[in-house]
Amino acid sequence: MTSATFKAIDKPVLIAAGFIGVVLAIGASINISFVSPTYLLQQLQVASFLGIIASGMMLVILLGQIDLSLPWTVTMGAMMAAAVGRFGPWGEAGAIPFGMLCGLAVGLVNGLGYAYLRVPSMIFTLGMNAVLQGLMVLYSGGFAPLTKATPLMQLLAVQRTLGIPNALFVWMAISIVLASVLKLTPFGRYVYATGNRESAAYLSGVRTRLVIVGCFAINGMTSALGGIMLTGYSTNAYQGMGDPYLLPAIAAIVLGGTNILGGKGSYLGTVIGVVLIVLLQSMLSVMQMPEAGRQIIYGVVIVVMLLVYGRGARIHS
Amino acid sequence: MTLRDLKLFLSANRGPLLALFVFVVMFSVFLHEHPRPVSVALLTAASNKGVVLALMAMAQTVPVLTRGLDLSVGSIMTMAACASSVVVHGPPEQAALGVGIVLAVGLVAGVINGVIVVIGRIQPIIATLATGAVYFGIALWLRPTPGGDVSEALSNALTYATLGVPTTFLLLIAVLVFVWLPFRRSVLGRGCYAVGSSEGAAYMSGVAVARSKIAAYTLAGLLAALAGLLLSLVALSGEASAPQAGGYTLNSIAAVVVGGTSLFGGSGGMVGSVIGALVLRTIGDLLFVFDAPPLWQPLFEGVILLLAVSLGAARVLRIKNRLELFT
Repeated sequence: MTSATFKAIDKPVLIAAGFIGVVLAIGASINISFVSPTYLLQQLQVASFLGIIASGMMLVILLGQIDLSLPWTVTMGAMMAAAVGRFGPWGEAGAIPFGMLCGLAVGLVNGLGYAYLRVPSMIFTLGMNAVLQGLMVLYSGGFAPLTKATPLMQLLAVQRTLGIPNALFVWMAISIVLASVLKLTPFGRYVYATGNRESAAYLSGVRTRLVIVGCFAINGMTSALGGIMLTGYSTNAYQGMGDPYLLPAIAAIVLGGTNILGGKGSYLGTVIGVVLIVLLQSMLSVMQMPEAGRQIIYGVVIVVMLLVYGRGARIHS
Repeated sequence: MTLRDLKLFLSANRGPLLALFVFVVMFSVFLHEHPRPVSVALLTAASNKGVVLALMAMAQTVPVLTRGLDLSVGSIMTMAACASSVVVHGPPEQAALGVGIVLAVGLVAGVINGVIVVIGRIQPIIATLATGAVYFGIALWLRPTPGGDVSEALSNALTYATLGVPTTFLLLIAVLVFVWLPFRRSVLGRGCYAVGSSEGAAYMSGVAVARSKIAAYTLAGLLAALAGLLLSLVALSGEASAPQAGGYTLNSIAAVVVGGTSLFGGSGGMVGSVIGALVLRTIGDLLFVFDAPPLWQPLFEGVILLLAVSLGAARVLRIKNRLELFT
């Protein structure tokens, strides 16, 4: 049992965790308060937004696909939830479910587009992203929509319980559910099988198209929830709020050891990857690096880390 | 050319020809509906708008042919435009040197991408994602705020018409004829197609896999830098804008696909990508001449883009064995 547990924590996850230690050490050497519990909890709070957004994306990447509609799914989830939230107490109660429902709808369309029409997911979701952007411009362009966060969103995103940010609890809850689904349920096995070789999974009796639609749908929901949490955090939903999350989410998942071609990766790795990305970003801002230097170091660090443990196999036959 | 050759040509180029047909229809409607009569100035404006995306689509084509992807083309373009706003000015000799520097910057960026992908063996999509951040950082470092000074003489020379044909369009044709055609027929170019079809088989057949792939990313960097140079010449300044860089990257992929190049590598070409880019650019123009309400335009553009990329779904109807879907 124990050896199996150790095997489950594979090499990339360990190395990524090691890199977190390095980042913490460098951060502490610049400013010792970088490793104070208050600061770290604050960083984990910020990480939980990226973590929620990356959680569903990981399922899609495990299939060997990608969802480029993530930025505007995040924004749409946030704006739709805020839109419903202003209709009295019922609206406030239904805001978060409605936002997630919208995300689910987007995910379903994405999943159907890839699974049934077989348009490459990268390009189909790119088109969906443009459609969603158009819808949101149309929705918010004519008048100034009320985009304030509801009290419940703020409670989830900003406030703390026993000193621990509630956002962290939300992220943990989603993580436990998704990690269990991946590890313990047939659906989780199907995801890995489909990502490895869809034709083999199909011939083994897996209804791969439903698996694909399911993963995209979950991703739509978690993206929208991420947007809703961000709305609570910044008290407002606004256009383009999802744009800065696509690339860090992909980077976090890959740094956590998930193969971008699908079929391989552990959920724990994604969590570690998210923390690593957030700490890296915050270390660079603690160093008071100008934006240009931050981008350069960010890119170089990702390449270097992947050179250490993310290299592919040689193709010789 | 016999009838059989013609049939072969048609079936081998179904994607680009379909895109060409769509473009001709759309552009004819655009010219017909445009309030002003067709003139050289009108065509030049249309060409100047389309040529940057066309070059970006050409840049994206080569890595896609090798079954890769270059997510850094937008950043390379931005970096080149910012570099151009710093070095391309002054007397002709100095401006010419500046142009050389800008193109060299793109070339080096492309080589770095290629080396990381081939020798580092990192998946292209994630490797170029990271290098894209680096190149964008360099662009920001070169030009923290929009502005700069780009040679107006060079801009005037390139953004008007020569002998009644838009100069930027001539440039596009020149790149196709003098860069793409020789490259496609070269050993490296054929290597790119072979690697994209099956890397293992290409290796076993003695194709220079590593050199072909590095050449693909290098050409992508060079063409992206040329696009950036033109962008700075049209705008007469440089700006490190992240939405612009990201938008061009994503649109370049869309243009490649609309132009009939397979994302799975091994088939397609730059000519199709140019047509794909022109189709995408004409969508916005069409909405303009039909007086679509401005608020609806992004939605229309999105829906048309989604429909255009979904055209490939017709494949699903032709496939008889369902297993073939899963490749």
